[in-house]
Formats: sequence, structure tokens, C-alpha cells
Amino acid sequence: MSTKTVLVPSSDATISRRGFFMKLGILFNGFAALVLAVPVVGFLLSSITRGRGNSYLAWVPLGRIDEFPEGQTRLATFRNLNVMPTDGKTVDTACWVRRVAGETFQVFAINCAHLGCPVRWFPQSGLFMCPCHGGAYYRDGARASGPPERGLFQYPYKVENGLISIQAGELPTPGAAIASLTGEKPPCAS
Amino acid sequence: MRIMNAKIGPAVAKIGEWFDRRLQLAAPIREAAEHPVPRKTASWFYVFGSAALTVFLLQVVTGILLALIYVPSAGQAWSSLQALNHDVALGWFIRAMHGWGSNFMVAIVLIHMVQVFLFGAYKFPRELTWIIGVFLLLMTLGMAFSGQVLRFDQDAYWGLGIGASISSRVPIIGPAAVKLLLGGPIIAGATLSRFFALHVFVIPGMLIAFVGLHLLMVLKLGINEWPMPGRIVKRATYEREYHELTKQDGAPFVPYAIWKDMFFTAFIILAIAACAFYFGPFGPTGQPDPTIIQTAPKPDYFFLWLYALLSLLPPSMETPFLLIAPVLVILALILLPFLSGEGEKSWKRRPIAVLTVLLIAITLGTFTRLAQFAPWSPHMNAWSGDPVPDRFVHGTTALQRQGALVFQFKQCRNCHSLGNTGGQRGPALDSVAVRLTHDQLIRQVIQGGGNMPAYGNNLSPAETTALVAFLETLHPAGQSPARDAARDIALGDSSQKTSGGPRRDKR
Repeated sequence: MSTKTVLVPSSDATISRRGFFMKLGILFNGFAALVLAVPVVGFLLSSITRGRGNSYLAWVPLGRIDEFPEGQTRLATFRNLNVMPTDGKTVDTACWVRRVAGETFQVFAINCAHLGCPVRWFPQSGLFMCPCHGGAYYRDGARASGPPERGLFQYPYKVENGLISIQAGELPTPGAAIASLTGEKPPCAS
Repeated sequence: MRIMNAKIGPAVAKIGEWFDRRLQLAAPIREAAEHPVPRKTASWFYVFGSAALTVFLLQVVTGILLALIYVPSAGQAWSSLQALNHDVALGWFIRAMHGWGSNFMVAIVLIHMVQVFLFGAYKFPRELTWIIGVFLLLMTLGMAFSGQVLRFDQDAYWGLGIGASISSRVPIIGPAAVKLLLGGPIIAGATLSRFFALHVFVIPGMLIAFVGLHLLMVLKLGINEWPMPGRIVKRATYEREYHELTKQDGAPFVPYAIWKDMFFTAFIILAIAACAFYFGPFGPTGQPDPTIIQTAPKPDYFFLWLYALLSLLPPSMETPFLLIAPVLVILALILLPFLSGEGEKSWKRRPIAVLTVLLIAITLGTFTRLAQFAPWSPHMNAWSGDPVPDRFVHGTTALQRQGALVFQFKQCRNCHSLGNTGGQRGPALDSVAVRLTHDQLIRQVIQGGGNMPAYGNNLSPAETTALVAFLETLHPAGQSPARDAARDIALGDSSQKTSGGPRRDKR
């Protein structure tokens, strides 16, 4: 707006030399602010833009498939590939590996589909139970009861040379790439 | 002594004059201190604002002290807190002061807000003071949450996960909001660092600026007069009336009113110190290691009501509620002074205001109380820890005892209590046979329903038979189990087993 008043002086007000430089100064500062804002905003949003196109996701090995007996569900841990020096233990993540039969697996995120608390597997009753708000899931990850609106999140997996790997790297939330990769829709879309 | 005073006195005065000639602050400070306030506002009801300010300053001081040792790194924060608790002299006390100071601050800010609301102090011309106060409340809550994150333990880690899960539900921008909140795709080093920046620089900076404005307006507009029933606020006349009131029945703030603030402030600081000394610091709980999943995270005291709400809301209402309710509440608080900017101030003539406060207080109190024992969470260890009380298996048949074993082994106890031990997620089963017939029990076990998972895939027919046989014994002495009358007629009395075994008096 300030440019307009400078370039198109109204008929009844003549612009003084000082007034002109004052306005030019404001314009110049506005330009400097814009030059500064571009990298600042870029820096602030880098955690979003860096992961565009699922580049946060990577294939992470979980171990040999013989470690997972058929028909059982076992806890496995993996280390995220995106590591910063200050991350400490937080890059280690747990997941539940269910070997259905042969090379058919289901790899469930540890995070409850409700609000992300760690679910625990109870082989005797064949249920995953969440300690926070009481969500429960069946052995195949389907919702059994409680507040969750959907089943457990599943990581895409592949078996190569007797080794099972999963595609991981994002905290599983209803809107995360993991959720959409396995064909699950976010709750607002269903 | 008197001679020394006579010599020192003028010297101090001279130094004071030297500074004031350059600073020129003495006159405005004296004017602010001695500004007349309505005599009746020198009341114990008017001390909460200054107490909140004092606790805020206490938080700044103890926060700076903690920052001398604390390391905002996901790899080292937890151990630096342990060092504060155990290795650094009095580190535990400073941590405890900061933690308890946080609890007191939230409480005092809320009490201050309720007092201001009930005394009509948000009405003309103090609308903006109220609105800034609403933002100060939000920032105080923001400090409480980000502070809980800096105590980087298991609760903080999973609490962040809950925050991320809630943010992810925002339509369209949800996934981006999660990454912005966490500083990356997972909860890690960048997450803690950004919460450190929020807790130590961003929010405190905003708090200082807003507290300054809030105080400035209190000075410029004057302390709210004691509300009298029937004294109506009108935009046209209020300022003149207030001016006259302070002229006719006013007294200088210092010392007439301030002594009560000073007493209360000192009392609050001592109360925080006493709590800190007696109860000690909060946590940290277990290490923030996501591979340790044997944990039941719970939020800090002031967010317990939210924890309860998230468990009790019907699933379909949860996302709309989480995303819309906070916006509506904040909007309502901001619009309040515009909707009722004039009129009666006294709470004696504002029954709806009083009832609203009571309703909110009772609701939040009830939710907080519920969250303390979390009846909605399964007791993860009940099946292996709480045995079926003897009296429930005394005198039972072999089949029924086998059923009691199935009952225990299949983790039914995690959600159902028997003899008052076990989970409270599902109903207590002490008298389930009175409520459900034989067929209904089988159906409920196999198909689930209500809020119960189906166990059909996890129980063999033999196990189901045994379990239901045991469940049928669960009825009070002298009260017969439920029977399906239609079946009796169709198939004869013998078609339904009457509950096996003699019934014992349970209590």
C-alpha cells in the first residue's frame, strides 16, 4: 500500500523531500524484512518440507524370519534411520510382529490408533490392550473395543533372503504416510 | 547511632537524587503506588492477581536456576534431571519449587479468573484486560504442558504422542501439523529442543509482554470497585461514577490495600516451599525409551480432566469435540465482555454466572477425580496378580473350577472385577448370573458386544463351556440365576441347567 501513495501522489497533498525519504525508508525495510522472512519461514517449516513425498520412510530390517515363530506375535525393536546426535534412546522404536504363516506377516505399530499409547499383546486372550484409555484390538489388529476408531496401524513389510524389513520412520498417526500406505484412510475421510 | 544516621541519610538521599535526575522514575512510580483505589477493594478477594504475578516471578527465578544444570537434549535431559535430584546440592528443592510453583500458578490464575468473573470485573471498560487475561491463562497452560515435556521421561514421551495424535486429526493440515509439532517425523531430539525454546523463550517472552499490558491497564483503568447489587454499569456514565467513587471513598493503593497482597504473596511462597520440601520434586519417571512399553502414561494434574474426557467420549464424537470445543471455549471467553459488557456486576444478582462457574468446577472436579483411578483402563496385571477369591470356588464342581481357571488365564480379570479386585473397564461379575441367562452368557463371551471384545476365536468349545459354567455360579446367595422362561416352556425345566453347586454367602 505504501508504494501506491509514493508513486501516485494525490492532488491535494504535495510530498515533501523528508516525507518521500521516510516512505522510501519504510519500503526499503519492508524489502529487507521480506528477504529475511523467506529463509526464516523455510527454516521453521523444514520439518514438514524435508519429509515431502514420504522421504522420511525407509526400509528398516527387523531380523531373520526364524526369530518369529509361525502363529505367534512377538515384540521387535528397530532403530530409525533418520538419526540426529541428540536423539538418544528416542530413535529406538518397538513394534509387534505377527507371523501369520510362511512369509505372510503383519507388523503392527506399538502406538494405539486412538492417541498413540503403547499397546501390549496378551497371547492368552489374543488381544492387544492399551493402558491409557482402554482400547483393545484382536490378534489381526482389528478394533475390538474402546475408543479407537480403527484397527492398529500396520507397517508395510517385505521378506528378502530370510530377512524381514519394514517401511518405517514416521510416528504412526491417523494422518501419517504409514496409515495411507497400507490403505487405511484417515477417520475424517471415511 | 543517631549521628551516623544523620550523616548517612543525606548521603543516600543525594545518591538517590543523582539517579533520579537522570532516570526520572521516582515521580511516576510514586504516582502509580499512591493512586487512589475504592476503599472496599482493599479486600482479601483482590489478592489473587498479585499472587499470580509473584508465582510467575518465582517460576522465572527457579527456571533460570534449573537451566544452569538441565540439558535440553533427548539423550541427556533425563540424566541431567537425575543429577539435579540426587547430585547437585539442593537441586531437588529447586526442581520441587518449580514443579509445585507450576501447580500453584495454574490454580491461582484460575481462582483469579473466577473471582474476576463473579465480581463482574470484565465489564466496561475492562474488556481488554479480561481478553489479555484469557491469553495469559492459555499461556500458563502452555507453560504447564511444555514444562511437562521438558521433564523428559516416559510420561512426557507418550504425552507428546498423544499431542501428536490429536494434532493429526485436524483436517487437511493434520500430518503437517504433527511434523511441525515434533520437529520431524518422530518424537526425538528436535522435539525436546523446540519445546525447550517454547518453554524458555517464546511463551515466557509473550507472558512478560502480556502481563505488562495487563498491569498497565489495571493502573490506567483502576481496580474494579466492590460490586454492589443494583449498581448498574453503563458505558455512558461508568467512568465518571468510578472517578467520583475513588474521590469520595478512595484510599492510596500503597499502603492502604497492598499489605493484604503482601501477606498473601508471602503465604503462597511459603506454601509452595512447604509443598516442595514435604512432597519433593515431580519425577522424572522411567527413561524416555520407546522400547520400554510396560508403562501407563498419565498427564500432570491439570490435564487429568482431559485424560478422563478422552476415555469417556463416544468414539464418533471425539474428533469433532477435540477440534471444535477448544475453539468454542476460547471464543466464548473472548466474547464474554462484549456480550455482557454492561449491567449488574454483583454475583448476588447473576445466578447464571454463579451456576456456570459451579457447573464447570463440578465437571472438571469429577473428571479429575475419575482420572485418578482410571476405571476405563484395563488392569494389565490383574489376571496374573489378583487371584479369584476362595469363596467363589468353594464347593464348586470340577467343570466350574476349570472355568475359573479359564476366567483367570484369558485375562477376563483385566477388565472385570470379582470381589472388588480386578479391572473396572467392564461390569463387576460378582452377580453376573442374575443378569444374563446361560445362552446370553455364551453369546456375550463368544461374540462380545457392548464394549467387550469377542472371544470366539480364542476359546475352544470346552473352554467356553467351563467358563460359562463358572459364570453361572456368580449370583448372591438366595437370589436365583436368570432363566429363559420361554425355553423352559418349549423344552421343559431340565433344558436349562440350574446354577451348579450350592451358593455360598459371599459377604
